[in-house]
Amino acid sequence: MNGRRTFLRGFLSVLLSGGAIGGILRILPSRADAREAPPKGKKWYGFGVSVDKCIGCARCMDACKNENNVPKEPFFVRTWVERYITRKNGQTTVKAIAPGDEATPETVSDKTILRSFFVPKLCNQCASPACVQVCPVGATFQTEDGVVLVNEKTCIGCRYCIQACPYGARYLHPKTHTADKCTFCYHRISKGQLPACVEVCPTQARIFGDLNAAASPMSRFLRMNKIHTLKPGLNTEPKVFYANLDGEVR
Amino acid sequence: MNPETMHSLQELLPQIQGYIYPNEIEIHWGLLIVVYPYITGVVAGAFILASLVKVFNVKEVQPLYRLSLLTALAYLLVAPMALVSHLGHAERFYEILLTPQTSSAMAMFGFVYAWYLMAVLLLEIWFVHRTDMIDMAERNTGATRLLYRALSLFSKDKGERAVAFDHKALKVITIVGIPSAFLLHGYVGFIFGSIKANPWWSSVLIPIVFLFSAIVSGIALVVLLYLIITPLTGGKINMKCVDKAVDFLFYAVIVDFSLEMVDFIHRVYQSEEEIKILSEMVMNKLFASLIIVQVLLGMLVPLLLISLTKIFKKRFSLNEDMRKMVYFISVILIQFGIFATRWNVVIGGQMFSKSFRGLTTYKMEFGGIEGLFYAILLLALPIIILAVLLKILPPWKELREEGEAGAEAAGI
Repeated sequence: MNGRRTFLRGFLSVLLSGGAIGGILRILPSRADAREAPPKGKKWYGFGVSVDKCIGCARCMDACKNENNVPKEPFFVRTWVERYITRKNGQTTVKAIAPGDEATPETVSDKTILRSFFVPKLCNQCASPACVQVCPVGATFQTEDGVVLVNEKTCIGCRYCIQACPYGARYLHPKTHTADKCTFCYHRISKGQLPACVEVCPTQARIFGDLNAAASPMSRFLRMNKIHTLKPGLNTEPKVFYANLDGEVR
Repeated sequence: MNPETMHSLQELLPQIQGYIYPNEIEIHWGLLIVVYPYITGVVAGAFILASLVKVFNVKEVQPLYRLSLLTALAYLLVAPMALVSHLGHAERFYEILLTPQTSSAMAMFGFVYAWYLMAVLLLEIWFVHRTDMIDMAERNTGATRLLYRALSLFSKDKGERAVAFDHKALKVITIVGIPSAFLLHGYVGFIFGSIKANPWWSSVLIPIVFLFSAIVSGIALVVLLYLIITPLTGGKINMKCVDKAVDFLFYAVIVDFSLEMVDFIHRVYQSEEEIKILSEMVMNKLFASLIIVQVLLGMLVPLLLISLTKIFKKRFSLNEDMRKMVYFISVILIQFGIFATRWNVVIGGQMFSKSFRGLTTYKMEFGGIEGLFYAILLLALPIIILAVLLKILPPWKELREEGEAGAEAAGI
């Protein structure tokens, strides 16, 4: 009788004080696994997009799909290009262009159009990534040089990260059944090459580089332009920087 | 690659309204994830009903005590099935327990679940049934005897002190159990509420709304089961008990409804950038499931029906069958309403684009792991488990308190 009582008391107190509650308390800090600032002297990769230079040729999308074995169907993309058309009545329509599209209709003769432009999109490789925070098994993580990657060997395919990404940058790979997204072509940049999309862009609308480097196309881009990021209010601290971004773009 | 998936995605293309990000066409959390919060809600709600008896001393609902505990257990056992089978790699599920990422709300599932199952529900059920199990072991022979021996963890003490300890332990467990039940379902709400990228989910009210809708669904389900099971097993429905339980249900629905209204008014009044697309979604895609089923049929109609029994008390108190009918219809409507609530949260949260410029559509499949049949199976499974549990740990004596005498003879 007494033995049972002591046992139960011990059992209950272990449960009360133990892992369950300790684990829950550790959810609280939202930046638990995010890096605060670029560590000095180390690489900290970022990306630049000159909105005005993009001509909507979609070569970047093609290059990305080929380079990274992204499924060819249009429902899975690591990078895409949006076309914005704002009319004189203030209405804006958006369309994602596709590599196979017929030539995009020219807009000069249409007098109802106020302005029109292309916006390339890709994973923002946030400094404070929401996807990394929510991954239950740590399969999506941030590398030391600031790139967010997915380990397809440990991803359980719960898709919480897809829900948590504010930019729609992630998809579930139909073959591996794991989350997939832009890696800044990590296999290329770790060899000193440029990401495939940057390499093929005919107008240099896409710029890539180390944000810590003193002199590089990337730092020049940041110095010479008025810069904006996507959805800054969510405090994800994107590392894809846009020059001359229109307020309509979300 | 699955050509069927591609085909069904292809079919969705013309249904898109406005602009959505290209990756957003596929709705990732489907019917299974609708079932999951519905099931955990029933668990939490049924437990709260049980604790009305033990902690708050509401003697009238005593007949529902064991039934609600066993209902909670039956549903809790099924809850993880919905989650695990929806994973892209179900075979890696253990990773969430072995190498959980502590910053992830979802990673805590295993711990919250284990805590609730082991430290609350199983413990309480064991203490409630301990002396009964010893009795059963004594009365039976062979395998059955061994089963009850094992279930009672080979305890044999039926002395006064042991029983007194049982009662004390039960009190403590229930007191720990109430915050745990709140934790279980509040936590499920937090999984959605903490997604800042999604304005349909991201709200501090979500865990609280989840909680109250859980209480509503749990009480309603146990009342429904009681109304069905008792006559089936030859017992007599104790109307005092049902009246009291429906009373609590009535207040819970009012609180739940008010909370949802507060959330709604708050959103409309603040009218942030997403308001246009959200109202478009509610008026087009969710009109039937939100306005009609969730609010009208799931809340307002039951509230009205139950109010009628209160307003015309005299007439209804004379006619028990009439009251029974009203309650029966109300609790069924409430079940559909709560299921629609889960649907609207989970599916609704993925129908609009995070660009706030367009809407996609959810196309439910029939077969397959994400299909309707599997979901119905998951919803039926707890009832089957409950039937087995009722057979092993029969609550008939308690169910028929004030019932007729020959209840034992029913033999179930």
